[in-house]
Amino acid sequence: MIIIQRNDFDGLIDALKKREYTIMGPRLRDGAIVYDEIGSAADFPEGWTDEQEKSQYRLKARSDKALFGYTVGPQSWKKFLFPPLAKILTVVKKGKAMEVEPGNANAPPERYAFLGVRSCEINAVAIQDKVFMNSKYSDPGYSARRNNLFIVAVNCTQSGGTCFCSSMNAGPRVTGGYDILLTEVAGDNVHYFAAEAGSDKGSEVLKDVPHKNAEPSEVNAAMGLVESEGKTMKRTLNTEGLNKILADNAESSQWDDIARRCLMCSNCALVCPTCFCSAVEDVTDLAGERAERWRRWDACFTMDFAKVTGGNFRLSPRARYRQWMTHKFSSWIEQFGTSGCVGCGRCITWCPVGIDVTEELQAMRNDGDRNEI
Amino acid sequence: MTVIETKSRILQESKMLKENLNEVLRKHPFVGDLDETYLQILVGCAKNVHYQEGSYLCREGEAADLFFLIRTGRVALEIHAGHKGKRRVQTIGPGEVLGWSWLISPYRWHFDGCAVAEVRALALDGKCLRTKCDKDHDFGYEMLKRLSDVFQSRMEATRLQLLDVYGSR
Amino acid sequence: MHQSALVEVDGLVDPMVPQLHSIRRIVWETDDTFTLQLENTGRDAAEFSFLPGQFNMLYVFGMGESAISISSDPAKPNALAHTIHRVGTVTTALSLLKRGDVIGLRGPFGSNWPIEKANGLDVCIVAGGIGLAPLRPVLYSLFRRRRDYGRVLLLYGARSPLDLLYRVELEQWSKQYDVEVLVTVDRSDSTWKGYIGVVPNLFSYIKLDARATMAMVCGPEVMMQYTIAEVLRCGVPPEQIYLSMERNMKCAVGFCGHCQYGSKFICKDGPVFALPQISEFFGKKEI
Repeated sequence: MIIIQRNDFDGLIDALKKREYTIMGPRLRDGAIVYDEIGSAADFPEGWTDEQEKSQYRLKARSDKALFGYTVGPQSWKKFLFPPLAKILTVVKKGKAMEVEPGNANAPPERYAFLGVRSCEINAVAIQDKVFMNSKYSDPGYSARRNNLFIVAVNCTQSGGTCFCSSMNAGPRVTGGYDILLTEVAGDNVHYFAAEAGSDKGSEVLKDVPHKNAEPSEVNAAMGLVESEGKTMKRTLNTEGLNKILADNAESSQWDDIARRCLMCSNCALVCPTCFCSAVEDVTDLAGERAERWRRWDACFTMDFAKVTGGNFRLSPRARYRQWMTHKFSSWIEQFGTSGCVGCGRCITWCPVGIDVTEELQAMRNDGDRNEI
Repeated sequence: MTVIETKSRILQESKMLKENLNEVLRKHPFVGDLDETYLQILVGCAKNVHYQEGSYLCREGEAADLFFLIRTGRVALEIHAGHKGKRRVQTIGPGEVLGWSWLISPYRWHFDGCAVAEVRALALDGKCLRTKCDKDHDFGYEMLKRLSDVFQSRMEATRLQLLDVYGSR
Repeated sequence: MHQSALVEVDGLVDPMVPQLHSIRRIVWETDDTFTLQLENTGRDAAEFSFLPGQFNMLYVFGMGESAISISSDPAKPNALAHTIHRVGTVTTALSLLKRGDVIGLRGPFGSNWPIEKANGLDVCIVAGGIGLAPLRPVLYSLFRRRRDYGRVLLLYGARSPLDLLYRVELEQWSKQYDVEVLVTVDRSDSTWKGYIGVVPNLFSYIKLDARATMAMVCGPEVMMQYTIAEVLRCGVPPEQIYLSMERNMKCAVGFCGHCQYGSKFICKDGPVFALPQISEFFGKKEI
């Protein structure tokens, strides 16, 4: 483990720039911490943290000047790897025939470095990897961006109000999947980052950053913060037997209860780092000579999601909510081998009516227990 | 039909001895495991019939004094649907039953039944059986039980047809 | 393994890029259903091959794509054809195409009818409406090796006699290949002398050797529900019953999430399923 002093943090950013990475990291905008392009440490939300609860998100000033003192905001890294809007095809009419060009034909794939990826987010990326790069088909755009990706992970030293990653085996400690891992120690008289490489790429970059070897006390301080973080997590989710609970409760009146509250706004799906549904749209120019096909984010909450000519397989709000939750916590396991949830808590924070998946699933579990008596 | 033809037909029918009727009835799915005594009541009211392709076994509005246990062939149920003309809404085939109005007031046929393929069937005297059902309620129950089966499968089929599943809307 | 119509970009197959095919011939089967016979004009012009039950995504310039089952003979990949029911924007656009027009094609996608598992068994094919189209490739394959199978039955239902597909072939099949063909319609006028009624009712007229029968069912979902209930009632083991499901399909490669049916992706786990694979969802409301 090595130590990078706060003053040398720009050295890391410069090392990444030198290697032609477009650096994405946290920025403060519109009262939230979002992910966008970073030029230097000055762009960071220095000294800010967030307070999150059901349908609540507030920024609050910290007493220190931590760069990574927040938890997760409304966005996730999926917006870069799996862009909300992407052109997938250009078609030009040539008489009766046509010429087809893949969407990314003229643009080289992006070379991203993500600065500040938390454990839940690393797990989320791995989950989306299984969707877009599997044995049968791979999305070339996603694959290329993923191969180029440089991940600088950070250990969380506090939990967010809605976090429950420990219940989902997705944190709080970062255990792998990174090129460089940082743990920030920001106190009265100290401000440094304990850093370690997780790959050759990572080691190579760290060589360019001014650093020194870590003292045991420094290591302990860093690890101590991570330890205590785990203890501050407010929410838990019992995932045992969720498959069966959801299957048994397919007709439960609880879905009606949720449907009475749920606005079908899709916020939860949009902020979720693993949701991957998309829609395709075909557009032509006015002359009818040139057509494009675009892919955009979609969500199973939308009314037309399950529409087919002549009808709709899943129209009622209760069925649509049930689909989202059952897919996330049950079907996903059969489809991709893991749960679709990493416990980041975004869906709880950003739901305008405060629907809490951990509460709903627990209620369903309790209902079942009651029935068995 | 000429007199000779009619006579030969009657001869053919009477050749169908009671014992044969017994066997044929017993084999028909409508009868199933009906008690032997009751089967004899049916035998007493049954006769073998034969309809050429295109001829009618029943007409809408007429007295429903018979019902048929189809052995071979096919009967199409026809309804007159105004400007759409004659519409066929169902066919009844081998092993199936044609007619329940003999047991349900006002005892009149609700459709035309046209033999679309030459039909051999057992015609049962519904009027007579109706009286027997009134007198012997246990027998009546056995008849109603069997007819209920027919109602149920027709209802299910009708509902499915109503959904117009092959349509695009 | 079969050659697919997927394009490689920088060494990685881009499953969203179509190959080009031109319309060789258009045959109108009924007043709202037509068959497009296609010719591969793509950059490879390589042979396109597929298994019965698979589908392609057909693209009309500027209009979008539609998932259409392949309805031609798998042994004749140069005679690729799709029977299409004109019901929406893209299928209407497809219906307006002329000979020589070019469309995009991606595929083949999806699982197939497991004909190889039917060796030595009786095969009972049950189709409703346009559902006969994805089953026709099965029939062609069975006929090629007729002796490998026992009885072959085709139970087929449509809305009315005018809506029956492949009428000429239906007659040929029953005569030429020792197939028992039973056709029923929901309703008709007085020119129709066949069965009138729902497909499940046709089972009253045949006697299946249930344990030695493989059933393949395709049609509107509610028709399949009633039919499969009847097939099970006859005693055919669930693992010998196959059906083809349908959902909203946009990408056909498991990325867009739209075609999910319970935990199954119809585009890659289906569309053909053995009944036990989906029995926990089949018949459930709004899954």
